Amino acid sequence: MISLAGRDILHGWGKFVLTGVGLGLLIGVTLSMAGVYRGMVDDAQALLDNSHADLWVVQKDTLGPYAEPSSLPEDSERPIQAMRGVAQAAGVTYLTMQIAQGDKDVRVMVVGTEMGEPGMPGQPTHLIAGRQIVRGHYEAVADIKSGFAIGDRVKVRRNFYTVVGLTSRMVSSGGDPMLFLSLKDAQAAQFQKDSDAIVRQRARTEANPQLNPPGNPAVAAAVNAVQSGSTNVNAVLVTITPDADPDIVANAIRRWQRLTVYTRAEMEEILVQKLIANSARQIAMFLVILSIVSAAIVAFIIYTMTIGKIREIAVLKLIGTRNRTISWMILQQALGLGLIGFVVGKIAASLWAPFFPKFVLLLPADRSGAFLRSC
Amino acid sequence: MADGITLENVVKTYGNGDTAVHALRGVNMSVAKGEVVGLIGPSGSGKSTLLKCLGAVIEPSSGKMTIGDQCIYDNGWKVRDLRALRRDLIGFIFQAPYLIPFLDVTDNVALLPMLAGKPNAAARKMAHDLLDALDVGHRAAAMPSQLSGGEQQRVAIARALINRPPVILADEPTAPLDGQRALAVVALLNDMAQQFDTAIIIVTHDEKIIPTFKRLYNIREGLTVEEIPKGISLPASAVALFESDTARDKV
Repeated sequence: MISLAGRDILHGWGKFVLTGVGLGLLIGVTLSMAGVYRGMVDDAQALLDNSHADLWVVQKDTLGPYAEPSSLPEDSERPIQAMRGVAQAAGVTYLTMQIAQGDKDVRVMVVGTEMGEPGMPGQPTHLIAGRQIVRGHYEAVADIKSGFAIGDRVKVRRNFYTVVGLTSRMVSSGGDPMLFLSLKDAQAAQFQKDSDAIVRQRARTEANPQLNPPGNPAVAAAVNAVQSGSTNVNAVLVTITPDADPDIVANAIRRWQRLTVYTRAEMEEILVQKLIANSARQIAMFLVILSIVSAAIVAFIIYTMTIGKIREIAVLKLIGTRNRTISWMILQQALGLGLIGFVVGKIAASLWAPFFPKFVLLLPADRSGAFLRSC
Repeated sequence: MADGITLENVVKTYGNGDTAVHALRGVNMSVAKGEVVGLIGPSGSGKSTLLKCLGAVIEPSSGKMTIGDQCIYDNGWKVRDLRALRRDLIGFIFQAPYLIPFLDVTDNVALLPMLAGKPNAAARKMAHDLLDALDVGHRAAAMPSQLSGGEQQRVAIARALINRPPVILADEPTAPLDGQRALAVVALLNDMAQQFDTAIIIVTHDEKIIPTFKRLYNIREGLTVEEIPKGISLPASAVALFESDTARDKV
């Protein structure tokens, strides 16, 4: 028996292929939208993965450091370090800011990490070029997405930093590339006041007799020194020993240090369920609508193709063609269209994904779903 | 002559009660193998209903229908697979050729034996032989859109004949044709009826061809009346007519 579907496709292959390509572009949009949604969730999870932390210790009663501001003394890490089950503890600062990159501005998350022994929580991972920060000041490691190259000079606040290493997929929950500085440099960038503010602060201190007692200028000098800098961090990242239970260690820190502690699961919930929830739900909602519209368009194309052949189908039925032969012909054409649509959609989505400002994650499961919808 | 198709007291009623429409009120007709008969009647007389019953497209309300020795309907279908019945025992020719546009001439004709389970090569051989007999063998590889109207109608006739059905139903096959072509088609159908021992029923309004029938059924208000038309002689060679027809198409 000849292939009726094959002959029909060959008879009008141009129209068939064009329909498939049109369908493919639609599938490409659907795939990309799914990729944007997956990318948002993946960015949030990448942030946690790249922190290399088991516990996040933050200011009491805050959802810090990603969802809310959090500030705690740098030396909070020392008692934590001494607790049972804690392998490493390191202070970290996060500051999202706009910095100049060539002629344009780029939004980055400036991360201050301790430059002690390698493998400390918070340090940049996924280094693809260059090296880690080894000097205490004026070195930076940038994510490649920021557009910086090794040797570039980056200005953060008042100081310039030289890019000595590049990472990949080190992004904030919002998809902004990370720029790693030493903790001291990052604290200066985050907390240091500008010159005018310092001058005004000194004037206020000198005018206050309690802070500037007559005959004892050392008191005012001490107060000024405290006010012009900060040794705070936004969080202390903790790794635990292999035999420790994260919940038990977290409870101990909460009890004895009177700080808020989040485990990996709790932090993931904060990021995915709270921080990116609305935008992710928005994208997911759009994706659902787009999927329904795509399915409706596919159904309409198949319906139009079938209606266009209604006379031939009537003749085929009258001369004794079985219904299943006719159904198989329509199904084969739908499968053919789906296949062309899927291939074009996959190629299109892969081609334009790098041009999206945020990470687009194309998962095989989404591709399979798109293929099924297109068929 | 042996019976091709016989109808005894076939009734078809649409709806029931006060709104019932009696399309056929007890039709009797018989067409022998090798015979071509005409079926005429005004609009609404029941022609289409009768043709659909003959073609096993709709089920009569009562009566009996026989094709050859096989009773296909006796107050209920006696054949389980009506699709196979239409494929194997009945050929259809329509007002327009209605060829499948995405199949070439050979496959348009060979499709029926293929559907009946014949191997592709054997089905195509049968189609080629029949197309040669109908003088369109030279267009076997062409697509329907590349054929003239006369050639398309001959391919449609070949498709109706390919399975050697005992009955062919032709629904106004000459309606779109001029006088010369219409007579050529009837002559060809007469030739084929003789050659393939097939009973052919032609439903028509065409005044030009009505006198050519040796027997005619006139259907009025759901009842058939057999008439003997005046009878005019058809051209000796239908093929010769088609040749001139094809030559005109080419010009």
